[in-house]
Parts: sequence; structure tokens; C-alpha cells
Amino acid sequence: MGLRLERRVDRPRWLTVAVPLASVAVALFVGGVVIALSGNDAVDTYARILERGFTSRGAFTATLTAATPLLFTGLAAAAAFRMGVFNIGGEGQLIVGAIGASGAAIALGDSASGPVLIVAMVVAGAAAGAAWAGIAAVLRAYLGTNEIITTLMLNYLAINLATYLVFGSTSAWRELTGTGLMFPQGKKIPDAARWPGIDFGNFTVGLGFFLGTAIAIGLFVLFRATRYGFSVRVIGDEPRAARYAGMRTRRTILSLLALSGAVAGIGGASDVGGTRYLLDPKALGQAGYGYAGIVVAALARLNPLAVVGVSILMGGLANAGRALQGPDFPAGLVGTLQGLLLVCTLAGELFARYRVRRTAPTPATPGAAA
Amino acid sequence: MSESDVARASAGGPPPALAARGITKRFPGGVVANEHVDLEVLPGEVHALLGENGAGKSTLSNCFTGLYRPDEGTILVDGEPVAFHSPRDAIEAGIGMVHQHFRLVESFTVAENIALGEHGPVRRRADAARVRELGERYGLGVDPNARIWQLSVGQQQRVEIIKALSREARILILDEPTAVLTPHEAEALFEVLRRMTAEGRSVIFISHKLDEVRAVADRVTVLRDGRSEGTRPLAGAESRELARLMVGRDVSLTAEAPTRATAPTDEVVLALRGVRATGEHGQESLAGIDLEVRAHEVVGVCGVSGNGQRELAEVVAGMRPPTSGTVEIAGTRLAKADPRAAQRAGLAHVPEDRMHTGLSPSLPIEDNLALTAHRRPPLSTGPFLRRRRIRERAVALMADYDVRAPGPTTPTRVLSGGNVQKVLLAREFSSDPKVLVAASPTRGLDVGAIEAVRSLLVDAAERGVGVLLLSEDLDEILSLSDRIAVIYEGSILAVVDRADADVEELGLLMGGDRSHLADGAA
Repeated sequence: MGLRLERRVDRPRWLTVAVPLASVAVALFVGGVVIALSGNDAVDTYARILERGFTSRGAFTATLTAATPLLFTGLAAAAAFRMGVFNIGGEGQLIVGAIGASGAAIALGDSASGPVLIVAMVVAGAAAGAAWAGIAAVLRAYLGTNEIITTLMLNYLAINLATYLVFGSTSAWRELTGTGLMFPQGKKIPDAARWPGIDFGNFTVGLGFFLGTAIAIGLFVLFRATRYGFSVRVIGDEPRAARYAGMRTRRTILSLLALSGAVAGIGGASDVGGTRYLLDPKALGQAGYGYAGIVVAALARLNPLAVVGVSILMGGLANAGRALQGPDFPAGLVGTLQGLLLVCTLAGELFARYRVRRTAPTPATPGAAA
Repeated sequence: MSESDVARASAGGPPPALAARGITKRFPGGVVANEHVDLEVLPGEVHALLGENGAGKSTLSNCFTGLYRPDEGTILVDGEPVAFHSPRDAIEAGIGMVHQHFRLVESFTVAENIALGEHGPVRRRADAARVRELGERYGLGVDPNARIWQLSVGQQQRVEIIKALSREARILILDEPTAVLTPHEAEALFEVLRRMTAEGRSVIFISHKLDEVRAVADRVTVLRDGRSEGTRPLAGAESRELARLMVGRDVSLTAEAPTRATAPTDEVVLALRGVRATGEHGQESLAGIDLEVRAHEVVGVCGVSGNGQRELAEVVAGMRPPTSGTVEIAGTRLAKADPRAAQRAGLAHVPEDRMHTGLSPSLPIEDNLALTAHRRPPLSTGPFLRRRRIRERAVALMADYDVRAPGPTTPTRVLSGGNVQKVLLAREFSSDPKVLVAASPTRGLDVGAIEAVRSLLVDAAERGVGVLLLSEDLDEILSLSDRIAVIYEGSILAVVDRADADVEELGLLMGGDRSHLADGAA
């Protein structure tokens, strides 16, 4: 008696919902075993994560704040991955987006009104992110350079550029008065440039999260219902067929990577305008939003709408981990849970793609017969 | 019948090299691909497996090669029951297979593909020498250092055969091997097979072509709808009887020229003037082609594979830039290599590689049917697709062209070869073309699908389309074309009217021998 995998011809619709949910359940169960093995009460730990991540006062607001950058980088990764273009550079594109947005806000200064400042930040962030991704896009489209490597390398360039602007030079991004004279730090953007939030009573939703959700819906429509999305699918599936059909493969690679970079760049603008109010290379470097975004995109199976939900889940875990860390809450637990979620979701894909069958007992193998 | 074979085997003869007893293989969705199939392949024989597409030939051979495990029944090698858990088990048992769709790594060289999957260190020079040695021994010459993507389909098949031979297969299964070969190449292949059987090896020759089965095989087993219709020696078996067993009805065996209601007019819809182009190696593959196709006309281009047919089709389709010369489609000169411009000028193109060039395999049928038409109304409005119209059009086209599939959202890659080609043809004809370039449009299809495709080509010519038919099947060229052009090393050696065509003469021209032309002119 053995087990055997058989590829499904058609994937039933219920599976695309049931499999991810079951994967999450399995991940939580395995996580619970890990918690128990580490000498803690699994149920109690989960209850505390739920409380500090989602239900307690102010928790959901903090969770959404943590989720916002993941939402942008997750969407950026999902958009590019849909065409089989592996943009690993969400990290760098987010950082240059933050540079662009903070630069725009500082350059306009107190003279401009809030809305003008915010729009300028979004535009500057998107443009910077698109341009950064555009470098890799041009190399890929015209020279066939592997975008995984170029986007990854550009991440290091971006973080070093941001570090240089704040720590290595007397640029416009660096605070040169007050405490900034004693320790190098980023210059604050004007108060009017701070992104507002909308209060829902129990919690507040920042403008960045709204913007990200709107972009998610936009991307969903783009991929589902436009000629552009159609081309992206064909190019991603079979470039030869795309060429045969006269699709503009090069142009699509350029535009999709630029779009992906722009979304990550707006994430950088949102980070500056909604959370930190200055360019903070150290915090951005440590956060690793770009890489976490790839995990979010994978968990969401590249569906832009699912990215919204997954980013909230991951943001909540990160937020709870931060709030709960201490002697009775293992520091690595949240990372472990996030890793388990990813592994279980990817493993769950197997069951969505294949059907498991039991096989009848088989006669002797050729080896045994010989 | 198989019972008598069993009796003979048990009566002291050598055990069959390979045998199947009661093989049953089911697929999800209730499809029974093989049902209690019995087969015995004797040492030193060419055993033909005859049947239409979908009769279960490929499934049975996949059971022999360890790709599938049968749900019921046993496989015996030299009389010993075996169970293959992977293709490696089958290879070790001495079973080699040349698949219809090649299993080659495109970016590797020929020698690297041969060495692939073998243990031990990579020795490039030794591998290359082995390829050359096997190639010379069996007449399968191919450059060991060429990369697979640079080779024509016919050349790639030679690589597959060499691969199996280099693994010392005692039983070689060939799935529709002649589908990609010219008659001359096929005859050379048969010679290879005869040499193999003379060495005591066995060959399972899968085909749906009666004449070639007759030419090469010793015995034949006919499969229909997954069931065996029995085994018989070819000596004494009537072709008509075999055909009836294969399709379950009487069929006409002669490739009669279908009569067409219209004659070619004077309107030139496709004109190539002095077209030169380079191939994948950068070598000159088209050396100044002058060719015209008129409305209502079918021009057949025949030649041994790898003589520029692929490049010719690609240049006309705007997928390969000519280095000099011009291409005009319905009076529009193609300014640069642009498939979209060619389509707009009125071109439809059925490429040689249907599944990966003509179609996007993972996309649903409905999207593949809209692959080019989705850009224009009514299937899109501005940048937005009209999904419902795409669906409705797909349903209508599938009904018109008799595409058999669960539905319009089924991924195209799960369809059978004939249905894949119907999807492609449905899409290309629905664009109302002026010119159709069809490259090997019936290759690998079963008798029914071949008939359907050919009649669609004839219909197109009747509607006024100029058809450029590139095919390695000389019978097909002869039965469909008004004029026949022979291509050799990138040049058109001669263009003859069908009425004046002589098979022997064409064969000589395909081999580059034009001496008899000079005689005729003198």
C-alpha cells in the first residue's frame, strides 16, 4: 500500500479557499507544539498574541501600522511575480521611495499645504521606486540580465545611499540643527506633510493603508480585466506564444517592473509620512520590509486582494511579538510562526495542485526480481 | 490472438522480451486509457502498435517506461514480472523510449543531453565522440556540440534516438517517430530499426500510419478506445482490415486530392522577393527566396527538415527579420519583423510548434482563442477586456470547430493533439485572414483530425485565402497544393504545378539533386 500524487486537471474553486485556511491551521498547530516544547502554555500564548495583536485597546491600530509597509512591498512582489519577473528589490525600491518622498517634503517645506505635500510625497516616492526598479528592468529587457541578481544588488546600493545621505554627508535629508549636531539623524518633514488617519472609534486606519488597499484593488482589476493583464499572463506563461501573438514583451517587462517599483516606493513614502516623519536608514535597514513582502506575496499566492489580508496577519504577529517580548515570551517565536505559515502554505499548494491517491500493493520490484 | 502467443511462449520458445498482461490504466474524470490490454513483444521483432490518437498507445508505452503505474495488470520483461517505480527502473530493465514530445534540455548541447542522467564524471570529448560514433553507425548524423534549441524538430528526434541507443536499450519504444521525418528520413530510420532487430533488440513502433507500419513491422497490435483488437503478423494482414480495426469503420486509404470549388486567381496575396535570413546559428538559412501565393491558391513547400522551412514561416509571420529582400502580405509590405503588423495585414499563422509558440499552454482555452483578438472590440473596450464576450466567442468557436474539452476554462495543455490544433485553427481562421501560413499542420494527428484539418485548409482556399503549406509529408503536399515548391538549403530549387508533379522527381529535388531538371530543360 502506498500513496501517490496525481496532477489535477482542473482545480475546484473551493480548494483555492480551503487549502490556505487549512495550511494556516496546520501552521498554528505545529507552532503550538513548538511553544509547548519550549515549556510554555500554547493556548495561553496564542490568546496573548491575539489580544496584543488584534483585540486589545490600540492593538489593531498598531497592527495596521505594522502591516502598511508589508502591504506595499507584498503588492510590489505579487505584481512582478505574476509575470515570472522576480523582483527581489522591494527593499531597495521602498528605501529610495522614502528618500524621494522625504526629499520632496523637505524641499517644499512649510510653504506648501498638507494635501500638496502628501501628493508630492506619493508622486516622488513612486517615481523614485519606479526609477530604481527601472534600472533592473532595462538591464533585463535589453541585455537579458537576471533581475533577481540586479534587484538584490540594488537593495544594498539603496540602503547605502540612504545611510550616506543621513550619516555620511551634509545633505538636505540630514538634520543640521539642535540634537542633530550631536548625533547624525534625518531631518523631520514639515508637520503639514504628516499623513492623516481616519478614526473608526476603536482603531485608526492610516492614509497609507487606505492607499495600499486602493492599489491592491487597482492591481486586481489590472490583472483580471485588462488587455495589459492578459499580456502579462501570456508572457509569464509562455514568452514564445507572446512573441507569436505580437505582444510587446520588452515594453511589458519595463512597465511591470516600474509599476512594481512604484508600489514599493509609495510604501517608502508612506513610511516617512505615516510613521517616522523622517528618513531613518537604520530602522529601514533593520525592518527588512522588502523581504517580508516577498513572504506576504507568496502567502497570498500573488493575489493582490489576498495580500491585504495576509499583510494584516503578518503585521499583527509582528506587532504582538514586539509588545509581548520578555522573559516568558520567546523572542524567536513570532519569526518561527511566520516561517511555519510560509512553509505550510507552500506545502499546501501541493494538495491544491495534486490529488493524493492510495495505490494497490505492487508486485516485486525489478531489483527484487533480479 | 494473444492466447496463441501465450501458448507458443509457454511451449518452449523464448519468453517475450516485453509483455503486458491485462494492463488497465484509468485517469481522473473517468477516462479509461487502457482496459485489459495484452501485448507480447518478441526478441528481434519490430512490433507495431497501431491506433488513432487517444486509443491508448501513449498511455501503454508510458506504463512500459515507468512514467505511469498501471492500475491493474502486470508487465513482464524476459518473462519476469516487474514493477517500475520510476523511469530509471525501466531504463535499467533495458527499455528505452523516444517520445513524441521530446524530453531534451533546450539550452544543453546534444552531447550533454546524451550524458544527462548518467552517473560518473562529465567527459565532454568522450560524450561527443560517442554521439558521433552512434550517429555514424546508425546514420543519424548530428553535430554533438549544437545546442538543442538550434536544431530542427527532425534533428532533435535523432538526438532522442541516439540517447536511447547510447543507454543500450534492448527494447526501444518509438512514439510516432516518423511524424517529423521526410519519406527519405523515415526510410533511413527503418534501416536503423532493422539493424537493431538484427542485433536481437526489440522495437515497439507506435503509429497510426498503415503504410509505414507495413514497411517496417513484423507484427502489429491494433488498439482502439483503450482496448486491444488483437495481434497479427503483417504478412497476410490486409491494410483495409487493419484500418477498419483501428477506426471501427471503413475508411478511404488513398490520399485523393480533395476537389475545390474555386481556382486560383491572379491576385497575389503573399509575395516574397529575394528574401534572405539567418538561422539560430547565425548561418544563412534563407538564400534569396522568391515566391508568390495567389488568392484561392495552396502553395506547398516540401523539403527535408532543416532546409529553411522554419525560417521561411517565421519571416512571413514577422517573427524573424529578413537580412534582405521584402515580404508583402495582401499588398502591405512588412517594414520590420513585427508579428502584429503581419496579422493586421491579413496573416494567419499555424506554427510548427503548436503548444508553445502557437498557444500559451497553461491559459484556458477561451484565452488562447482570444490571444490576438482580445486587443480589439468587441472583445475589449479601451484597455478593458470583455470577459463575457470572450467566453461566448470561445463557446461558439469550440462548437464550430468541434473542440472536445470539458469547457472553455480548461487549461489548453490538457487537450489532446488534435484538439490543440483545432483551437489554434479556430483562432487563426476567425481573424478572417488573406494569407495562411501552415507549418506541418497535421503532424502527429490521428486520421480523423488530419481529415478535419485538411478540409479546413481547403475551405480556406475556397474562401479566397492564399495558403502557404509547409509540410514534410509529401502525400499531404501532393493532395492539397496547386503548386509545389521544393526548398533545399534555403533556396527554392523548383516550383512545379501539381499536374506535372512527379514523386520521384520531387524526392530527388528534396535531396538537392537538380540534374534531371537540366536534362528536362535541354
